[in-house]
Amino acid sequence: MTYPLTLTINGTAQSLRLDDPRVTLLDLLRERLHLTGAKKGCDRGQCGACTVLVDGRRVNSCLTLALSVDGAAVTTVEGLARGETLHPVQAAFIEHDAFQCGFCTPGQIVSAVGLIAEGEAGTDPERIREGMSGNICRCGAYHGIVEAVLAAQAARTAEERKTA
Amino acid sequence: MNRFDYHRPATLAEALVLGATPGAAYLAAGTNLLDLMKLGVARPGVLVDVTRLPGLDRIERLPDGATRIGAMVRNSDLARDDGILRDYPALAEAILAGASAQLRNAATVGGNLMQKTRCRYFQDMASACNRRSPGAGCDAVGGVDEGMAILGWSDACIATHPSDFCVPLAALDAVVEIAGPAGAREVPVTAFHHLPGLTPAQDTALAPGELVTAIRLPPAAAGFRQHARYMKLRERTSYAFALVSVAAMLRWEDGTIREARLALGGVAARPWRATDAEALLAGAALGRDAFEAAAHAALADARPANGGEAKIELARRLIVRTLMLAAAGTPARIPALPASPFAATEESLTHA
Repeated sequence: MTYPLTLTINGTAQSLRLDDPRVTLLDLLRERLHLTGAKKGCDRGQCGACTVLVDGRRVNSCLTLALSVDGAAVTTVEGLARGETLHPVQAAFIEHDAFQCGFCTPGQIVSAVGLIAEGEAGTDPERIREGMSGNICRCGAYHGIVEAVLAAQAARTAEERKTA
Repeated sequence: MNRFDYHRPATLAEALVLGATPGAAYLAAGTNLLDLMKLGVARPGVLVDVTRLPGLDRIERLPDGATRIGAMVRNSDLARDDGILRDYPALAEAILAGASAQLRNAATVGGNLMQKTRCRYFQDMASACNRRSPGAGCDAVGGVDEGMAILGWSDACIATHPSDFCVPLAALDAVVEIAGPAGAREVPVTAFHHLPGLTPAQDTALAPGELVTAIRLPPAAAGFRQHARYMKLRERTSYAFALVSVAAMLRWEDGTIREARLALGGVAARPWRATDAEALLAGAALGRDAFEAAAHAALADARPANGGEAKIELARRLIVRTLMLAAAGTPARIPALPASPFAATEESLTHA
């Protein structure tokens, strides 16, 4: 038995068939669609390295059964840049030295995009730290990560004022 | 992970037929179930995905003033809901004190009730566990973890229920609405999770094939909104299960407590409603003396399961502190660090 599955991945609709219902969204992305940005860290929802957006909401793709999100729009770190132009959160991570080894970084960046879209942390570093607590960084680049999120949030607010 | 058949029924009736299949389990977000399947702790032969069932993702105010929360409402949506924030602020604070933003975006109300203990021995397939494998014995007894139960445990099992959300639910007299092959019924949330006794594997009131469809908060639950808090002690500031947590709610007039609600988390196999302490508080003068007496009453039967005497003292202090905070008033906005004793003092304690 095969299971049909339709997903819009980084803006492109994909019709898939799964021969095994056990495939998580993370394994589907990495092993079948070759989008290896989302990382398999703990594979238990404890580290956040696998974070992707499903219908605009950040989730742990390692704990999401691919079949259960049939029909959804999925955004991975590969879908954030526009051509050669980095997403503002990606640029802010470089600007603020928000990583060392880089393994957790795709999850951190996607999580930060989700956090800013939620619009609840504002420019309070404590709320940003709490809102990003689902993403572990074993190199301890947290200071830079918070700085990067603050800067990306500020840039977005300035942009919104300009267009308002 | 074991092989399973996957079904995504379109109606509740279809789901209940599939759910009655031997070896079937209902799948919501899967944030706990998939994890346990990866560990081999859970091995369902059939997964019945209930996330798309119609009508289970709503928060409704009923004509009598009660609030019904559908079992498939996601934690983050519940904690952002204006009505929940206004009327049941301790419930929102408890949700935001649990897990991470990613997990709250996925995890459901029904799944929160159904989550299994985070006991390390339950999750470790190499350890004996009566909850996972009846009759196997319990390696947690005499084991290395001092964070086990202090109330309601048995020699067969000393594990705790990990939920934050269920603690204020217990304090608020919430009711669990259930659908099943034999029809619909409801159970008070305080009776939904079973104490272990000799049969720890039977951890909830659900019969095979039954499904949680909603949680209902009775009209009186909204009466505590100006003095309702949830506090949680854990081994790090965020994203950890409770060592001990407390939901406390008060109503008073002229310095005399009219009604108090008190429930503890992380201390037993169910969210622990402290009715003796509530009875002591009703009619008492508002203040630390009454809160100390209530804490003493709430923990009168507490015994450490694993030499964890410290946990009883932590619970005692946290009860007093949470009652003090509830008396001071619900913050106008949930603190940056929800439920944390390390949260900065709030500017405004005037809740709408």
